[in-house]
Amino acid sequence: MEKMIKLTIDNKLVEVPEGTTILDAAKQIGVEIPTLCYMHLGDMGIEHKPGGCRICVVEVEGRRNLAPSCNSKCAEGMVVNTHNMRVLNARKTVMELMLSDHPFDCLVCAKSGNCDLQSIAIKLGVRELHYKGEQSTYKVDYSPSIIRDMDKCIMCRRCETMCNDIQTVGALSAVNRGFESVVAPAFEMDLEKSTCTYCGQCVAVCPTGALTEKDHTNQLIRDLADPKKTVVVQTAPAVRAALGEEFGMEPGTLVTGKMVSALRQLGFNSVFDTDFAADLTIMEEGTELLDRLKKHLEGDKDVKLPILTSCCPAWVNFFEHHFPDMKDIPSTARSPQQMFGPIAKNYLAKQMGINREDMIVVSIMPCLAKKYECQRDEFKVDGDPDVNYSISTRELANLIKQANMDFLGLPEDEFDNPMGESTGAGVIFGTTGGVIEAAARTAYEVYTGKTLKTVDFKALRGMEGIRSATVDFDGLPINIGIAHGLGNARKLLEDIRDGKSQYHAIEIMACPGGCIGGGGQPLHHGDSSILKKRAAALYREDEGKAIRKSHENPYIIKLYEEFLGKPCSELSHKLLHTHYFDKSTDIEIE
Amino acid sequence: MAKIKLAKSKVDKLVEICKSFDNEGSELINVLHKAQQTFGYLPAEVQEIIARELNVSVAHVYGVVTFYSFFSMVPKGEFPISICMGTACYVRGGEKVLEEFKRQLNVPVGETTDDGKFSISCLRCVGACGLAPVVTVGERVYGRVSVGDVADIIKEYQQ
Ligand code: SF4
Ligand code: SF4
Ligand code: SF4
Ligand code: FES
Repeated sequence: MEKMIKLTIDNKLVEVPEGTTILDAAKQIGVEIPTLCYMHLGDMGIEHKPGGCRICVVEVEGRRNLAPSCNSKCAEGMVVNTHNMRVLNARKTVMELMLSDHPFDCLVCAKSGNCDLQSIAIKLGVRELHYKGEQSTYKVDYSPSIIRDMDKCIMCRRCETMCNDIQTVGALSAVNRGFESVVAPAFEMDLEKSTCTYCGQCVAVCPTGALTEKDHTNQLIRDLADPKKTVVVQTAPAVRAALGEEFGMEPGTLVTGKMVSALRQLGFNSVFDTDFAADLTIMEEGTELLDRLKKHLEGDKDVKLPILTSCCPAWVNFFEHHFPDMKDIPSTARSPQQMFGPIAKNYLAKQMGINREDMIVVSIMPCLAKKYECQRDEFKVDGDPDVNYSISTRELANLIKQANMDFLGLPEDEFDNPMGESTGAGVIFGTTGGVIEAAARTAYEVYTGKTLKTVDFKALRGMEGIRSATVDFDGLPINIGIAHGLGNARKLLEDIRDGKSQYHAIEIMACPGGCIGGGGQPLHHGDSSILKKRAAALYREDEGKAIRKSHENPYIIKLYEEFLGKPCSELSHKLLHTHYFDKSTDIEIE
Repeated sequence: MAKIKLAKSKVDKLVEICKSFDNEGSELINVLHKAQQTFGYLPAEVQEIIARELNVSVAHVYGVVTFYSFFSMVPKGEFPISICMGTACYVRGGEKVLEEFKRQLNVPVGETTDDGKFSISCLRCVGACGLAPVVTVGERVYGRVSVGDVADIIKEYQQ
């Protein structure tokens, strides 16, 4: 039995289990103490409480100093005051000091309206600044996905926790000391030169505008206005399950139809679905899986198992940097975004009677790593990228607002064909477990020649960081592993390296929750119930689809008949597969 | 692949140092101390190897190196100049002396002039408060230094 403790907060009696912080105890009686550095990501098991910013201070009777409530534990008989004059003055002073070294860019800052520093300053009623101090001036660091403007950093160090403890990437660290201290990559090099994977999880938790995504909306507005350009768009599965949140809708509301209308009104020539490309990914990746499996069963010692999914570009960056010795294990299939691009520019453009150069392919993604991915040299033809650029869910929401649309009142519209038709399997790509479930549906039927009685592989679903399940392929047990969050992926990879892995196939997504929790999604502020609702929405859309298996998508069948031949054909390999690089730091010994 | 270069003898020595601390990430500060004693400073390459051997991120190693003022990433100059920043020296104008050295040599604290001759660092109290402000160059101690003395001190070592 947990020991219970009684204390008084703001004259109310509270009873909490031993070990509870004052912050959590106050929440229990409806008192929300403001916090900045503190971060608690619900049941994802992510907690960060350095007690550094001191915005959350409260008065504990009998103690000389005010206590930070986020990391002070309740004690029997404690009397706490969360808002007397001393506390309010202290909080205001803390805020004023923080603001004295913060640029006054709010009106033009990308985070404005969604910034914790700003909203707490408002809440505290800061009206003037009594301190004038030196302002730091750092060079803004532009990477292909993320912009670091350290003048806006308040040293809460949440990004460090995400990058180092959750993702185990270790790209960021607090460096220097005192006024000079800042969170930066090793040797204060640009993020692009570091081991950053562009997963964007640091951006997702940064309370200020210090970390933001590279914004491509102005480029998009220019391209849409250019009559010589045919601008086509693809939308990733996770976007439709979260975009509504930016317009005040309940998390988990599906806005597929409204999103399509909005894109059409913005002026895209065609509105397509990345889910179509996800079906294509399953055809290629599933074929590769079965091929490796068959060879393995025949006793071929050269074939490598498990096969790892390769549709998450941050995950690709991760193993290129951290596990380059294992770069021949992941599938060579490109991500759905990068399958869509070459099909659009090589097949669709011909059908539309236009030149490759006159087509602009834009993607709407929950993801920041995709911004980098489409700039990779392997995905360009004579310098022309297969996918020109990628826009995050948040950027799309801003663009819709800029265009004065009443999003809630928009009609439900349908995707264009041929690249807008998708199956339920393509839809669930957006959540952890979805890619491997989609692959299992197709691989089972192709391998056994039988029709699945039920396409729902419920054992593969859920939110635990590492999951495993065995799927029966007609007497052949296929062991499947799933990891989301790169720290969890690391554990599975280390097992493979040590020869301990029993899996045939593993799905890996860099973001906790999969793409529904991507670095480009509406901020979930650490509420994992939002992620669960987004996932449920995707499973709902899957259930409502007439076709739920990738290999039954009529336009995919047609694409193979008319253009590609068969999965993993020579043309497929050229257009839809890729290769990986060793990006680790090589120490040359002289 | 990013490439860095380091002589084999240095790599071997670093591997040995790390091993003597059981390649424990928690021993990072001690490893860095030992490495600095051995090489005189901690260039990026050395930090890369230590990170690899201790299985911690390079960013973390760099974070620790920049946090403690006794670690240095540049070789000390032939004549290392140290200015005491203890309370007594500070109130008697140590900071102005420091600024003057920085201005005349055109290098910030912790760095070395291009010709490798001088480097500037700050010291905590050296215990010669009676002589404040105190400057040391190598083993030599100068007391009651004023801004006007800076040029003369530098000149002494320039020939
Ligand atoms: S994007 Fe991901 S890998 Fe890169 S710094 Fe942020 S958390 Fe680390
Ligand atoms: S960059 Fe953002 S998340 Fe990281 S320490 Fe600074 S304010 Fe906090
Ligand atoms: S999990 Fe999805 S959103 Fe996150 S980096 Fe990977 S592809 Fe992008
Ligand atoms: S939120 Fe408690 S110290 Fe920062």
